[in-house]
Amino acid sequence: MQLDAKDVGFRYGNGEWLFRGVNFTINPGEIVGIVGPSGQGKTTFARILAGFENPIEGTVTLGGLPVKKKGYQPIQLVFQHPEKAINPRWKMQKSLREGWEPERALLEAFGIEQEWLTRWPNELSGGELQRFCVVRALGPETRFLIADEMTTMLDAITQAQIWHAVLEIAKKREMGVIVISHEAKLIERLCSRVVTLNKNE
Amino acid sequence: MSILEVKNLSVSFKQYTTGMKQKELQVISDLNVNLEAGKILAVVGASGSGKSLLAHAILGVLPSNAKISGSMTYAGEELTYSRKIALRGKEIALVPQSVNYLDPLMKVGKQVRTSVRSGDPARKQKEAFERYHLTQKVEELYPFQLSGGMARRTLLSTAVVSGAKVIIADEPTPGLDPAVMKEALRHFRELADSGCAVMLITHDIDSALSIADEIAVFYAGTTVEIAPVADFTGKGEALRHPYSKALWQALPQNEFIPLPGTQPHASSLPPGCLFEPRCPWATAACRKGRPDMRELREGTVRCIHAT
Repeated sequence: MQLDAKDVGFRYGNGEWLFRGVNFTINPGEIVGIVGPSGQGKTTFARILAGFENPIEGTVTLGGLPVKKKGYQPIQLVFQHPEKAINPRWKMQKSLREGWEPERALLEAFGIEQEWLTRWPNELSGGELQRFCVVRALGPETRFLIADEMTTMLDAITQAQIWHAVLEIAKKREMGVIVISHEAKLIERLCSRVVTLNKNE
Repeated sequence: MSILEVKNLSVSFKQYTTGMKQKELQVISDLNVNLEAGKILAVVGASGSGKSLLAHAILGVLPSNAKISGSMTYAGEELTYSRKIALRGKEIALVPQSVNYLDPLMKVGKQVRTSVRSGDPARKQKEAFERYHLTQKVEELYPFQLSGGMARRTLLSTAVVSGAKVIIADEPTPGLDPAVMKEALRHFRELADSGCAVMLITHDIDSALSIADEIAVFYAGTTVEIAPVADFTGKGEALRHPYSKALWQALPQNEFIPLPGTQPHASSLPPGCLFEPRCPWATAACRKGRPDMRELREGTVRCIHAT
């Protein structure tokens, strides 16, 4: 099932176009990087792909059909700041099971310790929280994962731990991964193809 | 010449658990750093290793339930709480980590101008904006209208127009594209070369290496190693501490090998060396107490086995 963005354009209200005519395709199992200067709409484009935002122009299709709006979303987005993506008044286990019931082996693959499940979000570090956000997005129905600066705030060891686990799952499930990052060396290490997003495209 | 010296700094937080019960969380233990005029010290380490807390301790902005011990001196004199208040924003400036530190109700051009202490505020602000590729339109915007990278560049401008002698930059680069990041890093180097002391807190070892003189590696609230940048090379053979070596090898441009496990939480610190539970070199002796910082080959290390 291919994820396809065709002639996508977006702007807020009547403001300037953030981007127009963006075309993007990714196949199952493929790992593609999106790069571009800051302020050019990489995050907005990611939000459109994941269905958080509707494009003003153009279409996003999954396997040729519009992406469904109800139920578990097959295109999942993981944000840069996990502390902003988790309900501060829920214990970690509730956030973790928001979309599906992850099995123990997956938690272990991501280095999530059982004892963390009963903690509050403010008792865990950014790297620990981000592991939960990734696992939460990896339900069996996830076809594509969008990592928007997913490990930018993390140290190199935690970054390598999380990416190794994600790559293994992507391979096993034929899941596509979109990597948005400013770190050229990370993109080079992970991706088989890189797309540049800029206004002139 | 040392401008700011932090010796055996420990910070703990008093927290209520249930009812009236309290517990002490030791978040920084025996930490040592030394900032020198004309030098850049980069501080690297995992989140939760105490990097930002060190910055907040120097500026005197820790929350009221924090307890501090150890000593801090600025220009040879003790850095007391009232001196911190007098100096911050003037001689000691912070580039904060989060873009949430901008005033949401003030246009960003004005925010930068209020930080200028000598000279023409409007001109200095314009120069800083030009330097960081912020167009004139940006001056009139409110923080919520900025992208992450633009907000970051505004924060940088605020600190560089202040004319401070010590600049503490807390993760100033994430979310910047390479061109702007290079410019920002080059500017830190220029500030140091003109006599400032710069402490660059970052987890981006690569950018730290490109401009810093020394690198301090933090783990679980303490300094495990302070090494000249030249030691970060090859497979990390020249590095002293096993954690520094692991951090170096985990970089995507190196081996990308993750060391298993996580940094201990402040509520359950191991009794001996803080790295012992994850350390490939650990022996029974490591569990017997915290190792002291010792000098080794042009640097310092906190490990009994390091050679």
